[in-house]
Amino acid sequence: MNIHEYQAKEIFKRYSVPTPNGYVAFSVDEAVQNAQKLGGSIWVVKAQIHAGGRGLGGGVKLARSLEEVKSLATEILGMTLVTHQTGPAGKLVQKIYIEEGVDIADELYLGVVLDRAKEMPVLMASREGGMEIEKVAAATPEKIIKVAVDPFIGFQAFHGRELAFGLGLAKEEIGNFIKFAAALYKVYMENDAEMIEINPLVKTKSGNFVALDGKMGFDDNALYRHPEIEAMRDLSEENAAEREASEFGLSYIKLDGNVGCMVNGAGLAMGTMDTINYVGGSPANFLDVGGSANAQTVAKGFEIILQDKNVKSIFVNIFGGIVRCDRIANGILEATKLVDVHVPVIVRLDGTNAKEAAEILRQANIKNIITATDLGDGAKKAVAAANGGAL
Amino acid sequence: MSILVNKDTKVIVQGFTGKEGSFHAEQCIAYGTKIVGGVTPNKGGTTHLDKPVFNTVLEAVKATGATVSMVFVPPSFVADAVMEAADAGIELAVIITEGAPVRDMQLAKAYAVKKGMKTIGPNCPGIITAEECKIGIMPGMIFKKGNVGLISKSGTLTYEGANQVCNEGFGITTAVGIGGDPIIGLSYKQLLPLFEADPETEAIVMIGEIGGDLEIQAAAFIKEHITKPVVAFIAGQSAPKGKRMGHAGAIISGSAGTAAEKMAALEAAGVHVVKSPAEIGKKVAEVLKK
Repeated sequence: MNIHEYQAKEIFKRYSVPTPNGYVAFSVDEAVQNAQKLGGSIWVVKAQIHAGGRGLGGGVKLARSLEEVKSLATEILGMTLVTHQTGPAGKLVQKIYIEEGVDIADELYLGVVLDRAKEMPVLMASREGGMEIEKVAAATPEKIIKVAVDPFIGFQAFHGRELAFGLGLAKEEIGNFIKFAAALYKVYMENDAEMIEINPLVKTKSGNFVALDGKMGFDDNALYRHPEIEAMRDLSEENAAEREASEFGLSYIKLDGNVGCMVNGAGLAMGTMDTINYVGGSPANFLDVGGSANAQTVAKGFEIILQDKNVKSIFVNIFGGIVRCDRIANGILEATKLVDVHVPVIVRLDGTNAKEAAEILRQANIKNIITATDLGDGAKKAVAAANGGAL
Repeated sequence: MSILVNKDTKVIVQGFTGKEGSFHAEQCIAYGTKIVGGVTPNKGGTTHLDKPVFNTVLEAVKATGATVSMVFVPPSFVADAVMEAADAGIELAVIITEGAPVRDMQLAKAYAVKKGMKTIGPNCPGIITAEECKIGIMPGMIFKKGNVGLISKSGTLTYEGANQVCNEGFGITTAVGIGGDPIIGLSYKQLLPLFEADPETEAIVMIGEIGGDLEIQAAAFIKEHITKPVVAFIAGQSAPKGKRMGHAGAIISGSAGTAAEKMAALEAAGVHVVKSPAEIGKKVAEVLKK
């Protein structure tokens, strides 16, 4: 689960990770009031969406008067922001963050993520703040300093020193930086974060470090022990169909093709998409029905797939393990009574009781249901059906 | 022959009396697995599925001589259960549970390594030595005895791959579902040499996914150390960038961990890479008939 910048900064503040003062606003009037509350003569108006690259997309702007706060808030609230992380459709800006200006001496980068190879959290720092860190990593990997922290010992001062000296900080800055990094590590561990990214991390003219931005993602498996973080979930940032699916225990992701897919297991679901591509077609979605493919989940799956008007055929690919295929076949037949499935459905059931399942489908003799013998056969038939070809 | 487990392996079940633990333990017993008991705190001294129940893993190990534990406890108790197994001298913990927090697994895995206990999973179908020992939730009947070893991140692709190999007239020595979570136990790199050393295994099927770099590490290892033919498939060639496909492991960001990158690395290591999982069986038949 991801959260907004303003929410990440609320968490930072609880851990004494320095951030500029600011308030979130849902309207232009509120934005101006927030600026007045903050005082000063310079403010930053920032679009709050779950995507990076907001500045380059025109979603972060500097205001030097309350009038300017008003005009920028008017401009940014309600705009569709397109960045390298939103996709071409962009994201609607529904809230903005009004933040006090900061005197910037230097812009750095600091992040914490899990290093899968080392199996421990790693802090990553770079002097190349403000840039896309992926580009820095690709072009000049030596400019990124990485320090892994063994969770058995936690963050120690030496971890901080390795980062600070690696960055080439001045003597009087090192203590401040180590304190900042230690606090950020604590934020990461105590909240079961999946990733934290501060880009830029600002060094002020007085040698202090301030989180000018804040991105946080969390381990979904650990949300049960953080109700206060779960409460930060912004459903408007999530795809409606994907959300609906998840409420029924289905994992759905919409794609651009015309062959709908319904599969059990994430790996086989991806493998099915790959096979559709391999035989010259294009998958309309990823859909993992999980371990329990019953009439209700299959019906819901059909419903969600058919909301996509591009779908011209559906490939149901189930490898029955503990769940027997004959039961799944009955589930599919029942589902077709619950939902009006108006496109050809190609069904491949393999595994436990596959023969019985094929017989059930054959006897039901529903004109839209076509059986397939294996994965390759099913994919070919589904692609042919989607393209209006003969079966 | 086989790797890691066989007909003589003594297995206990942690979370033995729960719904999932009971159901699958019963299936494993029916398959022939030597389940010698189980652990459920506060139920020690009772019997379940005609096997003794213990309060702690330590008691269970002392009384039964079990060396392997199959873990079915709920996600919030997984780390505790794994560390308890490691502490009690279990040699291999097969963690089936889905949804364990990553932070918990970091500690549990590190402790297991420290204690010399191997782990498989979490969030995996388990391990099966065909017609001898099933420790997990896979449908046993599709695994016919044979000469192909199988390692897979994905559960259903394990079944798909094994089924195709068997349909081609070959069979499986041992199949291991390693899971796709960010922190997992034994991976390709640790399992490949076991198959290389197993005299009955003549070919290895390796099924990977987008995300992480385990397959890249495996490619480097294969190039240096594996002489048996390896057939590989990487799921997620058609996955859009930055999208999560169910498994936490299936995340791609930028170019790292893409299917294309992994397939290229494996091909460069001499692995027979197929572009669709529907081709796994045929490719295995082709390399074994050479």
